[in-house]
Amino acid sequence: MAQKAIREYDAKALMSKHWENYFSGFHYGFKSVLVTSGEELLKKAEEYGFEWLKKEPLAAKPDMLFGKRGKNGLVLFKKDKPGDVTLEDAAKWIDEKRSHTTTLLSGENGTLTHFIVEPFTPHSDDQEYYISATVVDEDDVLYMSTQGGVEIEDGWDEKVIEVRIPIDMCEASIEKEIRANVPEDLPEESKKNFGSFAIDFFKFYRDLNFAYLEINPLVMLENNQIAILDTVAKLDDTAGFMMKDKWGDIEYPTPFGMDDMSPAEKAIAEADSKTGASLKLTVLNPMGRVWTMVAGGGASVVYADTIADYAEETGGSIKDLANYGEYSGGPTTGETKFYAETLFDLMTRHKDPQGRDKILIIGGAIANFTDVAKTFTGIIQALEEYADKLKEHNTRIYVRRGGPNYEVGLKNIEDAAKRLGLYMEVYGPETHVTDIVRMALEK
Amino acid sequence: MNNRLFTKETQAIFWNNNKKAIQRMLDYDYVIKRETPSVAAIVAPTSSSKFDKFFWGKDEIMVPIYKSTAEAKKAHPNVDTLLNFASFRTAYDVTMEALEIGGFRVMMITAEGIPERLARKMNVEARKAGVTVIGPATVGAITPGAFKIANVGGTISNIIKSKLHRCGSCGLVTRSGGLFNELANVISINADGIAEGVAIGGDRFVGSTFIDNMLRMEKNPDVKYMVLLGEVGGREEYKIIDAIKEGKITKPVIAWCIGTIAKHYSSGVQFGHAGASANADSETAAAKNKAMAEAGMFVPKTFNELPQTINQVYNELKEKGIIKEIEEPEIATIPVNRRPKQFVCTISDDRGEEATYAGYPISSVATPDTGKGIGDVISLLWFKKVYPKWATDFIETVLKTVADHGPAVSGAHNAKVTARAGKSVVESLVTGLLTIGPRFGGAIDGAAEYFKYADDNNLTPAEFLSYMKKKGVPIPGIGHRIKSLKNPDKRVEGLKKYAKEYFPSTSLLNYALEVEQLTTSKKENLILNVDGTIGILMVDMWRALGYSEKEINEFISSGTLNSFFIVGRSIGFIGHILDEKRLAMPMYRHPMDDILYDVQIAEEI
Repeated sequence: MAQKAIREYDAKALMSKHWENYFSGFHYGFKSVLVTSGEELLKKAEEYGFEWLKKEPLAAKPDMLFGKRGKNGLVLFKKDKPGDVTLEDAAKWIDEKRSHTTTLLSGENGTLTHFIVEPFTPHSDDQEYYISATVVDEDDVLYMSTQGGVEIEDGWDEKVIEVRIPIDMCEASIEKEIRANVPEDLPEESKKNFGSFAIDFFKFYRDLNFAYLEINPLVMLENNQIAILDTVAKLDDTAGFMMKDKWGDIEYPTPFGMDDMSPAEKAIAEADSKTGASLKLTVLNPMGRVWTMVAGGGASVVYADTIADYAEETGGSIKDLANYGEYSGGPTTGETKFYAETLFDLMTRHKDPQGRDKILIIGGAIANFTDVAKTFTGIIQALEEYADKLKEHNTRIYVRRGGPNYEVGLKNIEDAAKRLGLYMEVYGPETHVTDIVRMALEK
Repeated sequence: MNNRLFTKETQAIFWNNNKKAIQRMLDYDYVIKRETPSVAAIVAPTSSSKFDKFFWGKDEIMVPIYKSTAEAKKAHPNVDTLLNFASFRTAYDVTMEALEIGGFRVMMITAEGIPERLARKMNVEARKAGVTVIGPATVGAITPGAFKIANVGGTISNIIKSKLHRCGSCGLVTRSGGLFNELANVISINADGIAEGVAIGGDRFVGSTFIDNMLRMEKNPDVKYMVLLGEVGGREEYKIIDAIKEGKITKPVIAWCIGTIAKHYSSGVQFGHAGASANADSETAAAKNKAMAEAGMFVPKTFNELPQTINQVYNELKEKGIIKEIEEPEIATIPVNRRPKQFVCTISDDRGEEATYAGYPISSVATPDTGKGIGDVISLLWFKKVYPKWATDFIETVLKTVADHGPAVSGAHNAKVTARAGKSVVESLVTGLLTIGPRFGGAIDGAAEYFKYADDNNLTPAEFLSYMKKKGVPIPGIGHRIKSLKNPDKRVEGLKKYAKEYFPSTSLLNYALEVEQLTTSKKENLILNVDGTIGILMVDMWRALGYSEKEINEFISSGTLNSFFIVGRSIGFIGHILDEKRLAMPMYRHPMDDILYDVQIAEEI
């Protein structure tokens, strides 16, 4: 996936790093720290350059890609009245928050681990602005509003001005277009300032290959001082090879509430990063009954679709689908073997709670150039290792594949199943790609 | 083109020497009996080869390799398709350069993961230029029986099984490349194969979308109905719905969106391609399938039932007489065992009735009545061209001029000494030839190289002199032992006179004579000598014959000029050798009093 969310702290750090190149008419202090515990925060306060943590009133909140933190009661900015939070208060609050699991209003559940701590910035409502940019259809779109804040989504159409910027628009026209669309409800001086900032903001978003960038609220103070109270940012990670220097080492955290990857998934992801081929694995339900080892991105989706269709039709449920994943792009025999072993290990850990057979779908469309016999050799080696375990779970295996050398591949796997005493049905291109799902689930 | 994506005449430039994919294209060409290979040229910036060999049936053909798209396009102006197989790092630059060069109708881009901003820019610029972009992140497209891109369709046996070797009646569009193949197979089993198929690519931003390709297929008379395989995410399928409502698409459309599974999972799981992610309810597979069915498309209940739907629509169209029975064409078969050839020959051929020099039978150039001389033979065998008479006469003049320069020069001396040692003609000749190089005969090369450099870079004679001085190299082709402007070398006079009279132009000679004015003003004997004159006039000859400066530079660097000296001087060497044999001269021993002996005792270390 090309668009990846980054932490609020990292987005602000990127802005600060490039501030002079883009926002030279404005001032930004970048007083932010990212910590994982109260202790770390207290330690940070002792470091040179972070004295403000002890001197200024603070605000703290989790920095884990989810929004609506205020509504979830997860922003610390007051004890009795706004602006009275001390370093010790913030440290205590962080330790309390990370000591138990948290459930968001939207349902996600998990443990808070990362927090951003900043100075509390007193300001008035009329200093709060909204600005964001993203891609809609094929154009960039800049959104501006003079009514920033958490309520921005209510009455969006009235509050927010949209400026469409086609990819081939020249620099001068971009500036003209943005200036011409700055919200009217502002005094002349502020209008000019906000226009300048919006132009700078758009160029920063564009040149640094953000897929989405939002500041809300953006606070414009006296003397061109800027405070960035909250940001949401996604990068286009395919641009990573061009942005090495500009981005530095950027982290793409897993969204909150999605359990961190299991060791098996991690191992596959690691193997994927080391090969030109593609190896993907997501466990949807470790207790699931139907496991898939499918070649090809498109094919893996239609197998998942079809399993969902037939599971419900044959008295099961979507919970039967244990995993989603694919291998493609001509993986080596060794890589295929590793992928298959990881999968077989996962599928033989738990008995089906209802005592039903396990089903393994070794599927795939007609390959363009992947050598089927070669990849099947890897699967056969894994079957040899796991034959006994697979039999313990009464596994029924259904194979369907086509492409270069498929006759050899299919014959080899059929022979191996006979030799190992595994239940297996084998089909080639004359059988519709997903029809083995019907056969497996109707039996 | 009649709204067909490709025809049997379409030829492509293949960017990146992806040998397997190119061979698959040429095998396909051979099977469907194309007259020309579908790949006309390869671009490989870092390759040092000028061509690569590929099988054409059981034979082999050569496909030229160029260092840049511009060069390839210039050499093959009729090619209108670019197959861009550059990596995600360079694919954008390659596409933008090709758009700038112009003259391309279709560009296919295979790289996955081009930065989105670059992909958008590339697609917009291509659209403005009226170029159909297929991809990025695609396996390609095919017009069965005419042209197939790279690996699409898989192996030849699968292509024939899936009836991708001849035109059927379905227009197929998919996102996924793997499922493209699968659907071609389904359509061949349940209908009569496809007329045109495009896998538009899996990235979020692709050049030509479903609607672009389907509007073209609507107008393509070979396409009788279409199959659309969409995905969860995006709004592209709604554009087809609009086109049907507006009457822009009237042919039957069978459609399915994959990714119905996504509704079961709230978020976080990425099913399929980068482009496949629903941002709104209307972008889910289920919503799109429902909307497409309501718009009158044929939408099966599940993906698994797609084959039956295709079969049903096909049979209805056949009953109505819209689809006719297809006559299966004859196909050529690719031999199982093919062996690449070890050697390549492009100048002569002895396989026919009579051996030929560059296509000309020997008898057509050999005897006097043909009016051809040794200069013509050289032009055929060295340059594979028929040179005009003024040029072949000049070549002969050069050969005659350099044939001999007496017994004292190093080569002749060597040949004589060897002959006197009792060795054969060939052995003696070789020892003579071995002295030819930078110091003996090499001034021809050197003069051509440096004078051409000075002329190409618009150096004034004075600047040229100071350039050579800085290099610390005496100007090759300038200077003679005894001759001067007042006492000119007759050979040089003859060459100059001939050139002035018969050459269409003598720009480099004119420049060299200006240089000579300057050098002789410093020292009388610093004249343009015979080696210099030959080297410089050869350049003028090639320029007048229409060779590019690059080609002439290659002649110089590959030693072509030296070759004239080698051939000419061999005549003299052989003369000296035969002379020695005739005189039966004894073994030669150099007189000791002609040697300075200065031998010290070796130091111990």
